[in-house]
Amino acid sequence: MKYFLLALLALLAGTPFYGLGNYPLHLVIMCLLWGYVYTSWSIMGRLGLVSFGHGAFLGIGAYSVVMLWNHFGVSPWIGAIAGVVVSVIVAVIIGLPCFRFKIVGHYFALVTLALSEVTRLIIVALRDQTGGSLGATPNTALAQGNAWSLGALQFSEKIVWFYAILAVWLAGLWVWAKVDRGMTRLALEAISQEEEAAASIGINVTRSKLFVTLISAVMTSIGGVLYAQYQLYINPETVSGISISLQMVFGVIAGGMYVMLGPTVGAVFTLLLAEGLRLALGDSFKQFPALDLAIYGLMLVLFIIHMPKGILGTAAQIWQRRAAAKAPARG
Amino acid sequence: MLEVSGLTKRFGGFTAVSGVSFSLKEGEILGLIGPNGSGKSTTFNLIAGLHAPSAGSVRLNGEEIGGLLPAAICHRGIARTFQIPRPFRKLSLIENVVLAAFYGQEERPSRGKAHEFARESLNLVGLPIEESARVDGLGAAGLKKLELARALATQPRVLLADESLGGLDHAEMEQAADMLSMIRREKGITIIWVEHIMGVLMRVVDRCIVLDHGELIAQGKPAEVAHDPKVIEVYLGTDAADVQKTVADRTQ
Ligand SMILES: Nc1ncnc2c1ncn2[C@@H]1O[C@H](COP(=O)(O)OP(=O)(O)OP(=O)(O)O)[C@@H](O)[C@H]1O
Ligand SMILES: [Mg+2]
Repeated sequence: MKYFLLALLALLAGTPFYGLGNYPLHLVIMCLLWGYVYTSWSIMGRLGLVSFGHGAFLGIGAYSVVMLWNHFGVSPWIGAIAGVVVSVIVAVIIGLPCFRFKIVGHYFALVTLALSEVTRLIIVALRDQTGGSLGATPNTALAQGNAWSLGALQFSEKIVWFYAILAVWLAGLWVWAKVDRGMTRLALEAISQEEEAAASIGINVTRSKLFVTLISAVMTSIGGVLYAQYQLYINPETVSGISISLQMVFGVIAGGMYVMLGPTVGAVFTLLLAEGLRLALGDSFKQFPALDLAIYGLMLVLFIIHMPKGILGTAAQIWQRRAAAKAPARG
Repeated sequence: MLEVSGLTKRFGGFTAVSGVSFSLKEGEILGLIGPNGSGKSTTFNLIAGLHAPSAGSVRLNGEEIGGLLPAAICHRGIARTFQIPRPFRKLSLIENVVLAAFYGQEERPSRGKAHEFARESLNLVGLPIEESARVDGLGAAGLKKLELARALATQPRVLLADESLGGLDHAEMEQAADMLSMIRREKGITIIWVEHIMGVLMRVVDRCIVLDHGELIAQGKPAEVAHDPKVIEVYLGTDAADVQKTVADRTQ
């Protein structure tokens, strides 16, 4: 299994050299980027903290870098740090009262849903600075002949982005695995099952929840930074608000939130679905702006009912059962 | 070591615990008895920090702990069991107890040490220590044992055992009573024990306090309490003679 994954990784790392052309490479980059973001979401989502507010952290990351760069000429590296700091502050402001006063389950989902929508509304309202619904483009740092500028975090060649985002995705998986093996994961599972019993054996409920929330929020806002710098265009709909937040929840649940690569599989599935819808419905897709939302919502319900472990989780289960069925036959 | 005074809890207009005062001496087993709804579990919830007291104080070795959060009180050395067991059902048996061992003390042990504490606690109550043992297979008696093992793994100095032993047969009840005596003897833990079956409780406790409608109506040695007319009236009723006999047998 380990060798299979390493071989897969080697295959993936060679992607830019298969002569696929720009568009397929772009799709792979997007899969990795969203795979990273979904992985970030699942770090708290799998532990009973289902957030519909991660669009907020994505948006904070994306708009922090672009606004600071465009208006003040602040390097995106500093901008990214600012985005992370703001995300941490927002996560604490929302998380602390929720965790302290035992706002869980549906209520937590509602509070976070409001957060992602409020973030979108703020971005739209500050249209003089943010460009409102029209979105914003980072001022280019690539004077003629320059293919890239490290200081401005702008690269015109996709291959650079491919490896940068591959590295970030791997780092995301590493954090996921680290949390998975840690005591905090067990503690949070205990909290999500019996919060009062968990507290009474000395688990600091607020601190444990805040811990994974902060990891998740920080990682997600870094995802927002990468998205802005890679796409060189952001708008409030794509990096904040209900739509993208719901898409994250959908993607992770579809892929499988209890296995490390589940969120990434979910990202691939969501992207293929979006591309498929775009091809199938053509321009009519654009005429019904909420159509994708409706489809995600419907599929989310179907997944929760029929495949709660997601695509990869269910596949892994079937595979394990097969292996278990074979083992005694061999012995 | 534990000093409770004027402890009061109001839920809306209803007073569940009303001006209760008592003290707990190091090393004793104190029985807490009273009719259904008299405020026994609520008293535990107040001491353990699940509810903040409406009035009154709880002192542990002189330090005020009333109103602290449950985790902080656990770290001060007070562990509790729940009357209706609350296991972490999706975790394995050992994981349930390892968590308590790891998080139960202010200074966290290493994971290896936490496993050691967990196995020791499971052994003490007689539950399996295999990694594969699950919560699902446990019956009522097993779940009560798990509550105890989890509480013990936090290395407490005081144990609040809310054990109204519903669902257990007579042998299991006797076993549970012996277990509490053994825990006190082996680990030197001071215990407050809530139990409805007087015959079992009176055999083991050093002293008793009696609640009725949230108020403390009597306290003293088992013999005194068993002959207290007020206690007989509100609680023991027709069982009084049996209970008095149990107490008498014990002193012989
Ligand atoms: N969280 C709560 N909110 C409102 N009322 C409560 C709450 N907890 C307990 N009560 C009430 O307080 C009273 C005392 O309850 P408590 O559970 O302490 O009784 P008890 O002595 O443990 O009874 P039992 O012997 O049945 O376990 C009951 O009338 C109960 O309904
Ligand atoms: Mg009770």
